[in-house]
Amino acid sequence: MFDLFSEDYDILGAFWVTVQLTVLSAIGSLIWGTILVAMRVSPVPVMRAFGSGYVNIVRNTPLTVIIVACSLGLSTTLGWTLGGDDFDESGFRLAVLGFIAYTSTFVCESLRAGINTVPVGQAEAARALGFGFLQVLTLVVLPQAFRSVIAPLASVLIALTKNTTVAAAIGVAEAALLMKEMIENESDAIFLVTAIFALGFVILTLPTGLLLGWVAKKVAVKR
Amino acid sequence: MSAPSVLYDAPGPKARTRNAFYTVLFAIALLAALWWVISAMNDKNQLDWDKWSPYLAGTEAWTTYLLPGLQNTLIAAGLAMLMALPIGALFGIARLSDHWWIARPAGAIVEFFRAIPVLLMMFFANEAYALFTDIDRDIRPLYAVVTGLVIYNASVLAEVVRAGILSLPRGQTEAALAVGLRKGQLMSNVLLPQAVTAMLPAIVSQLVVIVKDTALGGALLGFGELINQARPAQSYYGGNAIATLIVIAVLFILINSLLSWFASWLERRLRRRKKGSGAVLGTDMIEEQAPGMHLTGRATGENTAGGL
Amino acid sequence: MRFSRVLRAGAVVAAASLALAACGGGGDDDGGNTGGGGGGGGGAESLTIGIKFDQPGLGQKTPNGYEGFDVDVATYIANELGVEAENIEWVEAPSAERENLIKRGDVDFVVATYSITDKRKAEVDFAGPYFIAHQDLLVRADETSITGPDSLNGKKLCSVTGSTSAQRVKDEFANQVDLQEYGGYSECVTGLESGAVDAITTDNTILAGLAAANEGKFKLVGEGFSDENYGVGLEKGNTELRDDINAAIQKMFDDGAWADAIEKNLGPAGFEAPEPPEITEK
Repeated sequence: MFDLFSEDYDILGAFWVTVQLTVLSAIGSLIWGTILVAMRVSPVPVMRAFGSGYVNIVRNTPLTVIIVACSLGLSTTLGWTLGGDDFDESGFRLAVLGFIAYTSTFVCESLRAGINTVPVGQAEAARALGFGFLQVLTLVVLPQAFRSVIAPLASVLIALTKNTTVAAAIGVAEAALLMKEMIENESDAIFLVTAIFALGFVILTLPTGLLLGWVAKKVAVKR
Repeated sequence: MSAPSVLYDAPGPKARTRNAFYTVLFAIALLAALWWVISAMNDKNQLDWDKWSPYLAGTEAWTTYLLPGLQNTLIAAGLAMLMALPIGALFGIARLSDHWWIARPAGAIVEFFRAIPVLLMMFFANEAYALFTDIDRDIRPLYAVVTGLVIYNASVLAEVVRAGILSLPRGQTEAALAVGLRKGQLMSNVLLPQAVTAMLPAIVSQLVVIVKDTALGGALLGFGELINQARPAQSYYGGNAIATLIVIAVLFILINSLLSWFASWLERRLRRRKKGSGAVLGTDMIEEQAPGMHLTGRATGENTAGGL
Repeated sequence: MRFSRVLRAGAVVAAASLALAACGGGGDDDGGNTGGGGGGGGGAESLTIGIKFDQPGLGQKTPNGYEGFDVDVATYIANELGVEAENIEWVEAPSAERENLIKRGDVDFVVATYSITDKRKAEVDFAGPYFIAHQDLLVRADETSITGPDSLNGKKLCSVTGSTSAQRVKDEFANQVDLQEYGGYSECVTGLESGAVDAITTDNTILAGLAAANEGKFKLVGEGFSDENYGVGLEKGNTELRDDINAAIQKMFDDGAWADAIEKNLGPAGFEAPEPPEITEK
């Protein structure tokens, strides 16, 4: 057995990194996902092609490959460290970038479904008022679309929380990396170690799901 | 995109020039980025022929590492899909049951397993199989990977099925009950067949997730899937990690695109046969359906699965 | 109803594939597990041995089978135990899984750069050591500023996740070192080649293998710090097997096969066979 909260294993600290990864990536993917969906429905064919090409390629690639590619490709080969002074910092930022690149495709697809739920009359009315494409999208369609896809976005967020475990592949000191270390060092208590980490994730994700489920009901557009 | 879209007016001469300008600008930016990446890779010797030759010239690398890995990936993903779909449907329907003693436990199970990372479940399954069963070591990682994938994805699919059924117009249920169908008949003859069409995009995006998630079993359980098999290849060919990653990514993209293509073909077929019930899907502002689509209308606010 | 027909077809396919998988498992059984019961007591017909699959020079899966120093040692031991090379089943033993593989009885023994430590000895038994490795640094061939672990301050160091070697450098020699951890050494090699990292640290045997796989690009610093006693890990309490393996290792030392194996596998990186270690795990 081992001492659960000993100095050797900073479980809370590791989960704090997981939370930071999740929050930053969530914000980033919301922004980039919205831009992507704007591209996918835009009047410019090249942007549409780029949008759907990006989504189809990135969504079909395993996350591990994307995260390692961020580290090996961007940092090692292209020399981007994203302003990080050392590997701890740049690794964290590269991981966030990778999660944004990946998760935004799911945000984009959810939003696209959300746009489908907005009645055609809304967009037609906006155009009749003389709105341009960006105005139609940002002032009329997207606000309604967002409200109808909060529940699927919550699922995306939950999945993102769990996906942050992949950052261990490039040495970001989050929960999964610590778990791996503990499994190797405390192999007599494997079930306990995994149970602790499973519980940690349940604590992180269940309230998120419940809270956002409540928000979704609250803001849903009644039609 | 069904042109002209409702989101913007049909472009006039001015808008056409503007669009052409944006097109050129965007294309130039894209090409510049691409050129920069390629030249940087070239600078760092990542385009050297000896890094790529194992995969591009010669079959050795494929027969030793990649193809066996691909085979394992496909076996695990296939088994997981075949089991997760019916189990998911069962739990999704169970959650809609009128009896609370069926609905509540089903709901609790689904919510709980959706909250735990797949990797942990695979790991748990592996240990449990090792301790309590005499499944042979050769096959145990496969069992563990499939178990983890089935538990997780079945619970996600359960949510998809539930949302799909909830999104059907209430009139369908009422009409079925009115003509005297029983609850079982209502589900199997009226609701499920229609819901399947509406759910297909979400189901497929979850199947794509299954294919990708087989990779999780590699590092920790030693399951010989594609990414895990590629590791010895990288060290054998002198650390060509980037070239290997790109080859793996291309393989996954091909498999998953094939899967998505098959699904949209199936969807078109299903929709053609069931003319009329397509109303469920709402008006199509956009030609393709996206995951989360089933969220339309009534189901809004239900905790549905986008699934990563 | 169309839908239920689809479902039924699915169920049949599922059942069929399950049956197939089960058959596959059963088929492998015959080859794999007969040796497990024998426990290596001389009469075993086959053996299941855990090795690394991704460490050139030590245990590497190649298109022509498995190669490396660990593989040669394991083959020699198996031969002494009366098992032909073709009756050995090789199993990948990732670092984190080695104790578990042994404890579950998945393998008969493990020869996978397995350092003998007190912590591990609480869970498994060791035979050997059959080699003493030292932690070292691998740098680019034109590197002059890194001469040892003390000169790493401000440099970028790479190792694999969960490795104690990188942490040791940071704790004992250079606390200003910038540490990057990856899932495998291939990623580190890519970084070293492109200049994103300045050195890779782990056992000199592994580094020698990496250097040999990239001829002329990298060199070992050669300032070994710390001793890693590689042992053969086996099930706790199986003294008979341990004694047999120890005897086999001793014979390998004595008849020169040991030095030949080092020369063959690690020689290309300028590794010379040292004096054989003394077998201490009795």
